[in-house]
Amino acid sequence: MARVKLSKLQWGLIKTPVSLICLLPFAFITWDAVNNLLGADPIQTLHFRTGDWTLRFLLITLTMSPLQKGLKSPIPIRFRRMFGLFTYFYASLHLLVWLVLDQSLSIDNMINDVPESPYIILGLTAYCLLTPLALTSTAGMMRRLGNRWTVLHRLIYLIAILGVTHFFWLTKLDYQEPLIYAFVLVILFIFRWPMFKKLLAPKPTNNRVSS
Amino acid sequence: MAFESICDMMRSLVHSQSKGSDMLIKKPSLLTENDVTPQTDFENSRATISASRRRFLAQSSMALLAGGLAPTSLWAGNKIEGYTKSPFSTTEKPTPYEYVTTYNNFYEFGTGKSDPVVTSHLLKTKPWSVTIEGEVGKPGVYDLEDILKRQQLEERIYRLRCVEAWSMVVPWIGFSLADLIKQIEPTSKAKYVEFTTLYDPEQMPGQKRQSLKWPYVEGLRMDEAMNPLTLMATGLYGEEMPNQNGAPLRLIVPWKYGFKSIKSIVKIRLTEHMPKTSWNIAGPDEYGFYANVNPKVAHPRWSQSRERIIGAPLFTPKRDTELFNGYGEQVASLYKGMSLNRHF
Repeated sequence: MARVKLSKLQWGLIKTPVSLICLLPFAFITWDAVNNLLGADPIQTLHFRTGDWTLRFLLITLTMSPLQKGLKSPIPIRFRRMFGLFTYFYASLHLLVWLVLDQSLSIDNMINDVPESPYIILGLTAYCLLTPLALTSTAGMMRRLGNRWTVLHRLIYLIAILGVTHFFWLTKLDYQEPLIYAFVLVILFIFRWPMFKKLLAPKPTNNRVSS
Repeated sequence: MAFESICDMMRSLVHSQSKGSDMLIKKPSLLTENDVTPQTDFENSRATISASRRRFLAQSSMALLAGGLAPTSLWAGNKIEGYTKSPFSTTEKPTPYEYVTTYNNFYEFGTGKSDPVVTSHLLKTKPWSVTIEGEVGKPGVYDLEDILKRQQLEERIYRLRCVEAWSMVVPWIGFSLADLIKQIEPTSKAKYVEFTTLYDPEQMPGQKRQSLKWPYVEGLRMDEAMNPLTLMATGLYGEEMPNQNGAPLRLIVPWKYGFKSIKSIVKIRLTEHMPKTSWNIAGPDEYGFYANVNPKVAHPRWSQSRERIIGAPLFTPKRDTELFNGYGEQVASLYKGMSLNRHF
């Protein structure tokens, strides 16, 4: 594989505009919130907009590795961590909207709402699983964890399934939107089929975390 | 009044009498038994919808000439006149008109909240006829204008709670469903009222997709229908009902989730058996026939204990949902001895 030799500064110059683009949805959402443009049901609007961008960035992150193989270029993988962290950024906003606006930071409200709403349980689980991935995303952590890093970060597949199911489970009747996310996710999983097959193959010595 | 317009009216009167006199004789009315359209004429009535419009215009002119009560006062503009204020109104502040008329669940026009305001202009609400059938003494196909002439319109400011856990306060204009039911003379077998929305995918493009089972059907138990709170609404905010809110005639049952309050009604049928309703067919575990607002009975997938207030500023806390949406004093007795968990 041909290696593109770029200095740290050059990579920085490429990544900065990309990350600014990734912040555009946040800028638009903030603008609408400040200017009272979120419509009739602002809490719901914020839930949907931050949730949509979480799923979109999650799928974009999962596109990088097939893209690398398809293009035979290392460039997509250089962006994978950034997209992954933006996934976590929008997921955190999504959670914050729920905690502050939907639950008014009240433990009583949460104790009542969470058991009654299975989709919230799924969402919270997905967020809890995403947090260690964000925390171990640095180069130092990658080095330190070595092989275990790869195993740990396979959690992203489970998180993606939880995230899309979370959307399905809160939807009333019209499944068009969650189906689009599910469709893209299935395609991304098909690209990984050889890897999944290998992982799922019975191996007595296999570490359980990887299955 | 200008001389020309009187001449116009005379001409239209003469014209209509020479052309459609047979239809004038058949005109259904809630007042005289003879005027009721026989059931067999129902199929024809759909085909002669433009004829019925001509008939209506001709009669308006007649009424004007005779110096009588013109139904045009109702349809003259957007404003509805001559309604009283109801003591059933809440003192809560109504949701702004902008939100009441742009944030709508009306799947006949699409499943998005802003779909109805965009596509509902395709719906033609004038003329409009309502079929009354089943266990009634006076079945027939009635012109809506004719039904409305017999009702006392009131403004009732009601709270509306959606099953999706949001709520609004809407100043409806309408009449008591109980009054209409008394006029159509229910038989002793009438135990339920079944309502049906118009089915016409050309006018209601959302019906081209099988999201719900079309036409939309809703129902009430007879005692629920006869409760004084139950309203047949024809307008809101002092105006004729906007299409996206269920023009020209919709039900309002303020103590039940919004989906019970069926829109654009073309048929009212009194039956002995519990009607099969659209949302109940779509999700029998999630949307019950009763669908009484109840913070203690969660939807299988989300909590119903609190509600988002439509149009409220961003940091407004959610409102605690009340049993029967706060109308328990008037309706709790309807469900005495019934398990609200089982009959959700």
